[in-house]
Amino acid sequence: MSLLDTHIGFVEALRAAGLSVSLAEGLDAIGALEKVRWHDRETVRAAYAATLVKRQPQRVTFDAIFDIYYPRLIGSGVAGDGLAPGAEGPPDTGPELERFREALAEALASGDQQALQDLAVEAVARFGAMPGRGPGLSSWSAYTSLQRVSPSELVERLVQGLLAAGVDAEEAQRLAGRRVGVFARLVEGDARRRIAEEKGPEHVVGVTVRPTIDRLDFTAARRSDLDEMRREVYPLARRLAARLTKEQHARRRGPLDVRRTVRASMATGGVPLTTHHRPRRPHRTDLVVLCDVSGSVASFAQFTLLLVYALREAFSGVRAFTFVDDVVEVTDTFRPGADVVDVMEQLAASISHAALWGRTNYGRALTRFAEEHGDVVGPRSSLLVLGDGRSNYSDLALPVLADLAGRARHAWWLNPEHARHWGTGDSAADRYGEVVPMVECRNLAQLGEFVHGIV
Amino acid sequence: MTTWFDSAADATARLQSAGYLTDDATALTAYLAGALGKPLLVEGPAGVGKTELAKAVARATGAGLVRLQCYEGLDEARALYEWNYKKQLLRIQASQANSRESDTAWSETHDDIFTEEFLLTRPLLTAIRRDEPTVLLIDEVDKTDIEVEGLLLEVLSDFQVTIPELGTVTATRRPFVVLTSNASRELSEAVKRRCLFLPLDYPDAERERAIVTSQVPGLEDAVAAQLVDAVVRLRELELKKAPSIAESVDWARTLVALQVGDLDEATVARTLGVVLKHASDQQRAIKELKLAAR
Repeated sequence: MSLLDTHIGFVEALRAAGLSVSLAEGLDAIGALEKVRWHDRETVRAAYAATLVKRQPQRVTFDAIFDIYYPRLIGSGVAGDGLAPGAEGPPDTGPELERFREALAEALASGDQQALQDLAVEAVARFGAMPGRGPGLSSWSAYTSLQRVSPSELVERLVQGLLAAGVDAEEAQRLAGRRVGVFARLVEGDARRRIAEEKGPEHVVGVTVRPTIDRLDFTAARRSDLDEMRREVYPLARRLAARLTKEQHARRRGPLDVRRTVRASMATGGVPLTTHHRPRRPHRTDLVVLCDVSGSVASFAQFTLLLVYALREAFSGVRAFTFVDDVVEVTDTFRPGADVVDVMEQLAASISHAALWGRTNYGRALTRFAEEHGDVVGPRSSLLVLGDGRSNYSDLALPVLADLAGRARHAWWLNPEHARHWGTGDSAADRYGEVVPMVECRNLAQLGEFVHGIV
Repeated sequence: MTTWFDSAADATARLQSAGYLTDDATALTAYLAGALGKPLLVEGPAGVGKTELAKAVARATGAGLVRLQCYEGLDEARALYEWNYKKQLLRIQASQANSRESDTAWSETHDDIFTEEFLLTRPLLTAIRRDEPTVLLIDEVDKTDIEVEGLLLEVLSDFQVTIPELGTVTATRRPFVVLTSNASRELSEAVKRRCLFLPLDYPDAERERAIVTSQVPGLEDAVAAQLVDAVVRLRELELKKAPSIAESVDWARTLVALQVGDLDEATVARTLGVVLKHASDQQRAIKELKLAAR
């Protein structure tokens, strides 16, 4: 492949992964590459990043694709060539495995990035090979490599080492976990590189590159992703709030304020050069949020609640209720300026109150809500129901919901599942959707759009 | 055309001598912005040195700095140019007083009031018309309205400004343009396409220590190390506003002023207000770092 082919393939792959790289930006990248020296891979990466990546969250995707198209090394590299047949015994078990784990433990303890990178390459080469029957059929597995090395067993040892070095226990746990995580990511990256080398980069890009954090499905998120998403909620709220004030500002030009205009015209000899207008009153509603907090959709409900509360200035009041098969009010959890982590803990604790038998029952929850808190829904309030509508085939209490929706000024149902799954299995999303407009809300981007739309 | 920096290494060295410690990506992007003659869009949280980068480039290259501070409601008249209406009105009234034959007077006046004399140049036009090397800093571009971005397009891509009455003013010398943004709003694709993009984030511990010690000369090395360590730990917590470089530097100044020789937990708890500006953030930090509450 010529250099130009690689460049074009790279840009194509970026576009396929959702980065909007225009032709002009591609040309800029080439212009930038002409101005720098190519001896250093990081320089090339930085030059590409400056010209092609215009949004910080996309940087992760960019790096992953860059690593595939401009790999760090070919095969096992120069240093690794001697590794092929082990001197004593098979290369991937027995003393060799022991020796490798020793080296890894040492590198993890010292936190030496270069050593970890080299070991990741070695791990994939030694333990991750999945020989195929013919050329092009063999592959490499990060999973197998990590299973054989099992770095999680090394965590304990690492923690002990750090404790001995005078780090306190909690800190040591966190540090050890993070370093092992780094190693696991390096191994995954190297396996990708190997596969790309074998099969061509375009085969790898589509399957291995994860969407950016704001496009990641709530239901598909890993634990670490959820933490990262939580960090995103506050900035997202800030962006939304900035956008809202700006839009309200733009719409604020009401009728002409004759008095102020005439007064201002005195400065310009009676010529009214600038006109002044009366501001419009912003319109605010009460928001009633009713969230399903059963296991499958709990994280989605939490994000939505956090976002709604971060934007509470845009509403005149917010009441929040959680349910599994019983309803409990959680409005008090969200004090102004409350700490995010505390709020999450209290929310998690409230789930136990919201469940009598622990099985989601929308019908029962809605009925109980209407009985106990029905008065909070009125002509000035908007009702927002969060949940996947999977009610374990129980009674749906459709008339109750219809009555609530009829009383409210607006009503919406946010569903974290893809629209094609609505109405499958025990999902009653389609039937509820007939009563209340149902909106698909699978990731932070969609959530942001929706919340922006209703305020 | 000015050459701003000779290479990325040159950029690093000269920015450092101007008191700004860069990392490799920043130096390379600054060099590319000069070499390609493209504007540089710097994005990042508050207090990581976005504005300072523009000032450092100006200091390092001996160029003049022209600053356009963006805010909500910024318009053409404050960003580009404005006709001095009051002076024009006076001019018209004066000419009417002089001669009663309005026809000839008007055609004269009409040509007269749209000349340089009545033009008030604002930062964008000023930067373009300057003959000396210029760094144009467009600060907090995300605070403006969408319409202003449209206004920037002509300036950013062709470095020219069109004034209907005077014609098009083209830059004799391309200014080094730096746009900064807090990402409170997504900028339009058109603006982003014309710029090189540089995300600035919190620096790694080593660079941060170098920055703090270079900014606050009186600080002892041991305290600097403790300070950076504490700030890194604070950033790992889930805070509303994580402390940035500006806050670390402030903290260092505070410690120097208090003549603290050792940053122990009591001192951290006492001076936490310098780095954390939300009450809930402070409570969280005290809880997580197990500091004794005040």
